Formats: sequence, structure tokens, C-alpha cells
Amino acid sequence: MDFLRPASWEEALAAKAEHPTAVPIAGGTDVMVEINFDHRRPEYLLDLNRIGDLYEWEVGEDTVRLGASVPYTKIMENLRAELPGLALASHTVASPQIRNRGGVGGNLGTASPAGDAHPALLAAGAEVEVASAARGTRLIPIDAFYTGVKRNALQPDELIRAVHVKKADGPQQYSKVGTRNAMVIAVCAFGLALHPGTRTVRTGIGSAAPTPVRARTAEEFLNAALEEGGFWDNGKIITPSVAKQFAELCSAACNPIDDVRGTAGYRRHAVGVMARRTLTWTWESYRGARRTTEGAA
Amino acid sequence: MRVNFTVNGRPQEADDVWEGESLLYVLRERLGLPGSKNACEQGECGSCTVRLDGVPVCSCLVAAGQAEGRDVVTVEGLADFAKQRAEGGCATGACGGTSLDEAKGWQAKGTDSQTGEGTGLSPVQQAFIDAGAVQCGFCTPGLLVASDELLERNPNPTDADIREALSGNLCRCTGYEKIMDAVRLAAARQSEGV
Amino acid sequence: MPANGAPTKITQGYRTKGGIGESTLRPDGTLKVTGEFAYSSDMWHEDMLWGQILRSTVAHAEIVSIDTSEALALPGVYAVMTYDDLPTEVKNYGLEIQDTPVLAHGKVRHHGEPVAIVAADHPETARRAAAKIKVDYRELPVVTDEKSALAPDAILVHEGRDDHHSGHVPHPNIVHRQPIVRGNADEAARRADVIVRGEYTFGMQDQAFLGPESGLAVPEEDGGVHLYIATQWLHSDLRQIAPVLGLPEEKVRMTLAGVGGAFGGREDLSMQIHACLLALRTGKPVKIVYNRFESFFGHVHRHPAKLYYEHGATKDGKLTHMKCRIVLDGGAYASASPAVVGNASSLSVGPYVVDDVDIEAIALYTNNPPCGAMRGFGAVQACFAYEAQMDKLAKKLGMDPVEFRQLNAMEQGTIMPTGQPVDSPAPVAELLRRVKAMPLPPERQWESSEGADVRQLPGGLSNTTHGEGVVRGVGYAVGIKNVGFSEGFDDYSTAKVRMEVVGGEPVATVHTAMAEVGQGGVTVHAQIARTELGVTQVTIHPADTQVGSAGSTSASRQTYVTGGAVKNACELVREKVLEIGRRKFGSYHPAWATAELLLEGGKVVTDGGEVLADLADVLEGEAVEVEEEWRHRPTEAFDLRTGQGNGHVQYSFAAHRAVVEVDTELGLVKVIELACAQDVGKALNPLSVIGQIQGGTTQGLGVAVMEEIIVDPKTAKVRNPSFTDYLIPTILDTPTIPVDVLELADEHAPYGLRGIGEAPTLSSTPAVLAAIRNATGLELNRTPVRPEHLTGTA
Repeated sequence: MDFLRPASWEEALAAKAEHPTAVPIAGGTDVMVEINFDHRRPEYLLDLNRIGDLYEWEVGEDTVRLGASVPYTKIMENLRAELPGLALASHTVASPQIRNRGGVGGNLGTASPAGDAHPALLAAGAEVEVASAARGTRLIPIDAFYTGVKRNALQPDELIRAVHVKKADGPQQYSKVGTRNAMVIAVCAFGLALHPGTRTVRTGIGSAAPTPVRARTAEEFLNAALEEGGFWDNGKIITPSVAKQFAELCSAACNPIDDVRGTAGYRRHAVGVMARRTLTWTWESYRGARRTTEGAA
Repeated sequence: MRVNFTVNGRPQEADDVWEGESLLYVLRERLGLPGSKNACEQGECGSCTVRLDGVPVCSCLVAAGQAEGRDVVTVEGLADFAKQRAEGGCATGACGGTSLDEAKGWQAKGTDSQTGEGTGLSPVQQAFIDAGAVQCGFCTPGLLVASDELLERNPNPTDADIREALSGNLCRCTGYEKIMDAVRLAAARQSEGV
Repeated sequence: MPANGAPTKITQGYRTKGGIGESTLRPDGTLKVTGEFAYSSDMWHEDMLWGQILRSTVAHAEIVSIDTSEALALPGVYAVMTYDDLPTEVKNYGLEIQDTPVLAHGKVRHHGEPVAIVAADHPETARRAAAKIKVDYRELPVVTDEKSALAPDAILVHEGRDDHHSGHVPHPNIVHRQPIVRGNADEAARRADVIVRGEYTFGMQDQAFLGPESGLAVPEEDGGVHLYIATQWLHSDLRQIAPVLGLPEEKVRMTLAGVGGAFGGREDLSMQIHACLLALRTGKPVKIVYNRFESFFGHVHRHPAKLYYEHGATKDGKLTHMKCRIVLDGGAYASASPAVVGNASSLSVGPYVVDDVDIEAIALYTNNPPCGAMRGFGAVQACFAYEAQMDKLAKKLGMDPVEFRQLNAMEQGTIMPTGQPVDSPAPVAELLRRVKAMPLPPERQWESSEGADVRQLPGGLSNTTHGEGVVRGVGYAVGIKNVGFSEGFDDYSTAKVRMEVVGGEPVATVHTAMAEVGQGGVTVHAQIARTELGVTQVTIHPADTQVGSAGSTSASRQTYVTGGAVKNACELVREKVLEIGRRKFGSYHPAWATAELLLEGGKVVTDGGEVLADLADVLEGEAVEVEEEWRHRPTEAFDLRTGQGNGHVQYSFAAHRAVVEVDTELGLVKVIELACAQDVGKALNPLSVIGQIQGGTTQGLGVAVMEEIIVDPKTAKVRNPSFTDYLIPTILDTPTIPVDVLELADEHAPYGLRGIGEAPTLSSTPAVLAAIRNATGLELNRTPVRPEHLTGTA
């Protein structure tokens, strides 16, 4: 095993180009477990800790450019307003020690369906900024990023530099089911974002299909129902039948398996419950914000 | 490979480090600092918690090479670290360790662990003894590092704050009640300025 | 209803500071908080090698061949050993039945069985070498449950079995069977106005001690070996290790290294023999440290069980009869299975009066992971089932579940199903009263001005509910556990106590082989010595095999038995000290000859308080030392047909009240409070007593809602050997645990004390289950209960 320690992003890309099998390691919270337990013996470890850029974020007009290694703790502490869904998701990641080390880049790189960030990114809308020495930078839409079980759209010579996440234009929520009250890998997870600007709702489901997925049929149904009922304008409570059908469609978007963490049946069921609850919470928040705005006006 | 970093204020050099070794392994097996514990080596138990450039992390998940040039505080340096913080100084201190001879069995001499102040321990270390938060003690070093950092950040934590901050540290013996007592006790003593 | 019995009065040495009854602090506390305490995995030796075990990847197979050549060829590898390299004819070990191969012999019987061992200069080299050993398995069908184990054409897990249980069991795949018959259950059933039946399942729990199995074996010049090891019983290990090494016991020296928890999981050997074999083979010190994955294969687990119960009661709430059948899965090797069967059967009725019983408990041999000792063994599984039955009966009778239990509660004088009278206080009804009388925690504590605090809701930080679907439930349970080794076992401990003057001060040294695993035995030994010898300075000598056996740190027995041995040795030392005093100073004061003399505060005093001499003067130039074995009252084996016999020496009782909040839609549980009341006889160290009760309670909580080793029924392979998927409670899963301690002396025990470590693990689990049933209205016949079971999606 060789330990590569690039001091800059350019050096890192060069190293990855030279050694496409090199395994990038940043927070180490996935890679080191595999090494400690002899599940993986990469030829090269590519340490990204010394690349300061990866630990920075910039809040732009429409998006936040979030460095791949920004620890979850920083996201929770600093980006709660801009990225509320991702901040909530970050808070569910493992333990404080892990949140101090791990970042979204690792979640994306591993592309496990159980990664906590994915549903929040899917719901918010995001693009993954990747780069290679040969071809430079490209942006991969989050919807096209997850290609299979623990597989993503990266080329062997590419590294993840940042993720550009749409700034919240409405309430976002995130829920995750685990069989413990802390420090737990998702049995399943659900992210939901209201986008009043475009009058759309986006979702993300974790751990209930081979990849993180959106519940597109459910989104389409809800978008239409909100539009038809004039809900965005009248700010009424979403009717229980709409919420119920949305929940059922979210369950139907799952393609889960039975494993030691939970049954497929439970995952479908739980995603439905989380879909209904997060819709209720975000919509209540949207209504509350509307009332406040109207009251001020 | 060779790795250089600072541990408890003292520069350290480790040679012939296998690239897959963790910071935990280097501390325990190469630097004679076995205080950080190896309960799970998968970031699930917190027993190996150290401060890496001030931030609590699981040292089992830090590749040794990633520690190059960085500053580590382990339980062995916690008392000095806390002392210097109290004095407004930076985080430096001496490190101890368990030599082979010492490792051949511990011996309790004279009287029991002393309660109260002036024992050379940090406030959280003393509080863990006083509150009965130590049984087998294997989780203790990680909990101490995490608790000390919590109280540094938040001198008056609520119970929910304490539970959240320590949710990454498993204990199998105590049922956590005495650990809660210990952190409350350390916070109370700290706020009384003793 | 008043409790019978009275607290212990301590007359000897009650004025000496730091004696029994005080919450003195741990003598090892400072070392443990500074990181200097040397656990078994912290051992280090110049030039040491690392050992690695190669384990079977399948559960049941013939080993066609093993090729170690590539492993041996790897640079840095010093030794590779298989069954063929074992040095003597003794190639098996075991606690009671020597059925466990040191290394697999032609066959593996469970997933993760040790097949070969390697020593190398770095753990990674050892791992690489182990990976290069080629083992060719021919897989065999697996025996995984009662049906496959007891079928007429069942595959035998141990062919040609010949042990002291094989003669009386109805099938060779049954390790041990214990029936208990008393009265006439069928006849008594006719008096019953209501009858309830239940079939219960108890999952496989892991001890999950945090300090992994580990140790260091150092070869010695005399051809022997010195092993620094974390164990529960040094002398039991020694008895099993020495014959395999072909060494006399005196050439295998053992020193207790720091033990990172045990809970039963260190009763059996793990890496002890392997490390010694490699050290003797290579002539170098060898360290072995399991990682967490290996730890799940390296020790036995709590027996999973199926329990079939029938109870009857009259309409005024009196139990008429009980029938039960308890099937414990012992896995591939016997370990402690026979004793687990003894406990499960003899305690299957619980702390209740039932005169007519028909009981059967068996443990199976299967190809599942071996199961053995874990805190409360046998009694834990039974308690889960009989307490569920009590709630069912109370419900059917329309009675309050606590009142129903109190109506049937045993008390001092009650005859157990084994025919043994309970001859010390049994305050079952009182414990229930106390736990019920504690104030209930306020409702909806998660509500705050800023909205719901998810940390206090089911799901916790995962943000699954802000109060939706959350229903509170309350449940009660009480249990009975035996203390000490039972069924005629010669259960003794040895203590060596020395008293001398050091630096002008009288000092006592206590030397035992007791394994301090975190329970605080070392604290208590110092307290006993202070109380008995009137000194403040007590040194606890490291535990090793240079002193006689202290028995096991298990069965809630150490404070009773080794504590008893320390007390006894101190009393003998005291007599000798007084003899010296009389010889030296007897002529100065008539009280030396006439008065009752005490050692207190470093002085010899009369019972009237008159000081006769300083201990420092009495002991000047003379040291006193006594090493003596001490035994509790003998017990008897249970009759193999009727189960009759005075099998147990003492019982221990605890009761719990659980308050839970369940997210009924998602099936997530938050335990809000787990109140406990326990009779401890005499709290030698109240702080430690409460710590034991809270710790045991939490392990019971774990197996109620999350802890289970999942074994694939088709392959008998373990599916979740990690802390990622075998979950134990975090601090956010653990509630406040108020404890009410009752001290009713058992006149047969030292200071009237009662073994305490296990009882709280029994009733915690059924109390949580009862609370979840109360919240959800579901029947819930298995533990742990998972979200699937609460949402109909299993």
C-alpha cells in the first residue's frame, strides 16, 4: 500500500490520473473501517486532508458551493438557513466524532444507498462538481449521479471537489429511521423540500432502493394537487387524502430489500410515514411563513 | 513510512508505519500511549476519541499518514491540556504511557482514589472517579476527551446536551447514569470556579 | 404488607474510615481516568509477535485439506499452526464438557470456529498470512433449531459423544435436560378459572464488553509460559490451558491484566491457548487482540430460547399451576449450557408461589454460534416469559398487574419447585410496592417553547416525529436469580491477607485471584479489610495464580464468596494480631484477657471503646499472614427425573417499572424511565451497588428493543458481527434509572449481603416489553422487539 499526500488540488488530480485505483480518503469514516476489518486493501490511499479548498464553502446567490470535505458539524452549525435539509441530515450522521470528520464528498464517493446526505441533496437539487487532470471540471446533476449499488458517475481519474446545492427557497425536512436513538445507519430515510419559487416539491429516499432515489410519481402527483387546489396561494392545510396518497406513492417509489437492519415491508411503510410527516411539517412551516409575511404586509 | 506529529504537546516520530495503520494503532503500539482504546475500530464506540487539532475524532478512523504535522491530545495529556486551558495557555503537556513492566498488572497502593481537588487530574477526570462513572473503565478515556470538549464548548450543558454530545461513546457497564452525574458534577465545579 | 427481615448491624470496626457500607472510591480509578490502567490489549513486549486466528467461513463442514505453505513462506511469519501441531493428546477444552477443539479437527461445527493460528511480526503480516492459508471445506447440512436437531434422522453435532450428560438425555443433540415436577399440575389445572398459554422467543444477546479478547503470552526460561490475560476466572483457565500445552500447572503462570468488561463472555477461553501455543512454538512473546468483528465469533453468547408456558389462576387471582417447556439453543459446543438449563428450569416459575408445576428445560447442540454464560443466564430468558404470562393473567382476570403479582409473590419460607425452602428474606411484594410508589416522570417532556426536542422523542436525533403517533406505556416486572454456583458445585474462594507495619503505619495487603472486571470487587476487598482489621492503608495485590482460586467473577458471587473469603482471612489475621498483642502487652491491662477486643482506627480497643495499644506497636517486627479457602453453604444436585434438591445457596430479587413512549406508526421506542427496586441484603459500597443495578438494567433494556445476533437459519452464519449492526444502547437510548435499595440481611451470608449483579438484568427486559404492550395493545411474544413487530411489517 502506498500513501499519497498531495498538497494541492492539482497534485491530487495528477495523482489520481497516475493511479486511477487510488482510493481517496478524507474523513476516513468509510475507508478506514474497510481497512481495519481487512475488507479492502487498496494499492494507493490518496489523502485529501491537506487540500484546504475542500474544507471551504461559498454561499452564492442561488447555490451553496460546499467543499467535499466540509465536515457535517460545520454544515449543521453554519448552513442551517441555506441548506436546512442537509443540515438536518448532517445532524443524523453517526456521532459527533464522525460528524467532525465526515463530509458530503465521502457520502457521494461511497454512494451507499444508506448515505445520510443523499435524500437531502436529491430533495434540494444539487450538482456534483468533479474534476480530472485530463478533462478539467464538470458538473453532474445529482439525479444522474447515483448509477447503481455503491456506484456513481465518477470516472476512475476523477475526484469530487464540491457539491453545488440549491439554496432553500422554502421549508425543507429530513427524517431517518434507525433502530437506535443515535449513532445509527439508516434503515431508511426521507428528505423533502418545498420550492415555492417554482411551485414544486422534491423528495429523496435513502436506503430503500439500490440507489438513493426521488419519488417522482409522488412529486408529480403532489405538484398537480397543490396547483389544482391553489394551495400555494391560499395556504390551506393539505387535505389528508392528498397527504395519504403522496405517502403511498412515496412508499411505491421504494424498491427495498430485507436485511439485518429491517424488512422491505417496513422500509416501504416507514418511508410513507416519513413522507406524510415531513410534508406536514414543511407545509405547516410554509403556511406559517406566509401568515407572517401577510401579517407584516 | 514515517509520520511526525505532536502528541500532548510533545513532537513524536513514528517509523516503519504501514500505510494502512490508524492513528489509534500508532498511538497505542508505536508511541506507548495505550490510553486511547480499541473497542470497535469502526467509529461506533468512541473509546478511541482524541482531539485532532482540537476537534474530537475517532482515532481509529484517522489514517496515520493523515496525522502528519498535526496536533493530537489523548487522555494521557488531558490533565495538562485542561490545566493549561484553565491558565489560558496552549495545549501542550507531558505524556505518559504504560511501560511493559507497568503493564504486567496494576497495583493499587495505599488508599483508594482520592476525591476532591488538587489531585493533578482534570475536572472531568476527577468527577468521573467521584461520581462512580468508572467501572471497567474501557470507555472512560474516550468519554473523558468528549466530556472535556463538551464543557469547553458549553460550560452549562442541559441533560439533553450532555446526552447528545456523548451519543458517540458507548459504555456497557454503567447504564450511563453515573456518567451523566460526573459531567454534571464537573460542570458544577467548573462554574463554581474550583 | 411489611417486609420480613432486618438490616445487618456491623459491630466490628464500624468506626474505621473507609470500611464497609461507605461509598469509597475505586482504587484503580485514578489509573483508569489517566489512561494508565493496563488492559489486556495494552500489553507490549520488546520483540513481541502478533497472533492471528483463521476462522471457518462456513458453519458445518468437513475439512478436506489445509495448506499452510504460502502463509509460512510470507516474510515476517514465524509460525503457522493447525490441529496437527498441537503438542499433546489433550486437544479439547471446555468449562464442564471438554468438547471444544483448540483448533478444528477434520470438521468445523459453527461459523467462525478457529482452524489455524499464525504468529508474525506485524498484525497486518499476520492477517495476510492467515488469508493465504487454503482450507478446503466439504459443506454439511446444518442443524439450527429444535426441529432439525431432534428429527429422527438428525445429523449429530457431536458423534460418539461421551460425557456425564449423554447418558440421561433423550437425544444426542440435547446437551442436558432438567425436568422439575412437583405436585400435580394437571389436577391443579382443574381448579383454574382462567388458563393462559404463551409461546415466547428470546433472541441471541451478546455481552458486547468493550475491551476485546486479548492477552500477551511470554515464554519463560523454565520452558513454561506467563500469560497476561483478561478473564473471569484465572484458575479455571489454567485448568483448561495447561493440559493442552503439556505443561504442569505451575509452569503456566497467569496474571490478570486489565479487563474491559465481561458479563459472562470471558468465562470460556478465547485466545488464551492460541497465544501460549504460538509463544512456546516461536520462543517469543505473542500478543493477540481480537477486533470487534472477531470478538463476535470469539466468545459465547446468551442462549436464544423458545419458551412454552401455561399458567392457571382462580378468579380471585391465585395461581393454580404452571407448565413450561424451555428450549435453549446451546450452539455447537456445550460451554455453560448445563448450568443454564439448571437455572432456567429451577427458576422458571419466577418469584411466585405455585405448588403444582410441570417443568422441562433443555439445551440443544446445533451449528449455531456456541452459547454460554451471560449475566443472569437461564433466569433472564425465563423471566421474560413468566412476566408476560403474569400480565396476560392479570388482564384476563381484570386485575391490576402489580396487585396480581403481589397476591402470588413468594416470601421467606416459600417452597421452590425444587422443594427447597427460601430461607432468607424474599421481599417480592415489597419491591413491587416500592417501584410502583415512585413518582411517574412527567408527560410530554419533549415539548419546549422552541417546539419538540427530538432528542427526547422516539427516533431521537433522526427527527422522525415531533410528537405524532407517540403513545406512553407503563409496565412492571420482577424476577428471581440464584447467587453463586449451584447444584452441588464446590464453590469456594481463597484469600491471602497480610498485616504488617510499613513506615510506622499498620498496612493490610489483600491478595486474591479474583478477576476485577469492573464490578468493584477490589474496592470492596479494601473496605472489608479496613472494617475487619481497623486499618486505613490497604493494598490490593494484583490477581494471579500465585494464590489459590477465587472462583469465577460470575453468578453475582464475588462479593459474597471472595468477599467472604477476605472477611474470613481477616478474622484469622485479627486473632493472630490479638495473640501477639496479648503476648506483648497482655500484662499491662487486664482487658487483654477479659474484654471483647476490636481493631479500629489503627488501634486495639475494647468493645467499651478503651484503647489498649496501637496496631503499629503490636505488629512492630512481626508480620501476620493467612491464606485460607472459604465456602458458602453446600448445595445439592437436582434430581434428574424430579428436579428436587436444595440446589441454590441464595436468591436475589429486583423489580422494575418501565415507562416508554412509542411512536406507534413507525414502531420506534424511547424508554423514558426504568425505575428499579432491589434487595441487596447489605450494600457494602452503595455507589457501586447502584452502578451495578443501573448497568444491569441497561443491558436488559438493550435486549428488549435492539440487541440481537442474527443468525441465518439456512446457513447458520452470523449476519451482523459488528457494532454497526449489533446495536447496544447509547446514552440517548438510556433513560434515567432511579434506584431504591432495600437492605434485608441474609443471615447465612457475610454481613447479610446478597449478590446483586444479575437480578436487575432479569426484570428490566419484561418491564420494557410490558410497557410497550401497554402503549400499543400488541401481544409481543418475542424480544428484542423491532419496529417491524410494532407496525405489522415483519
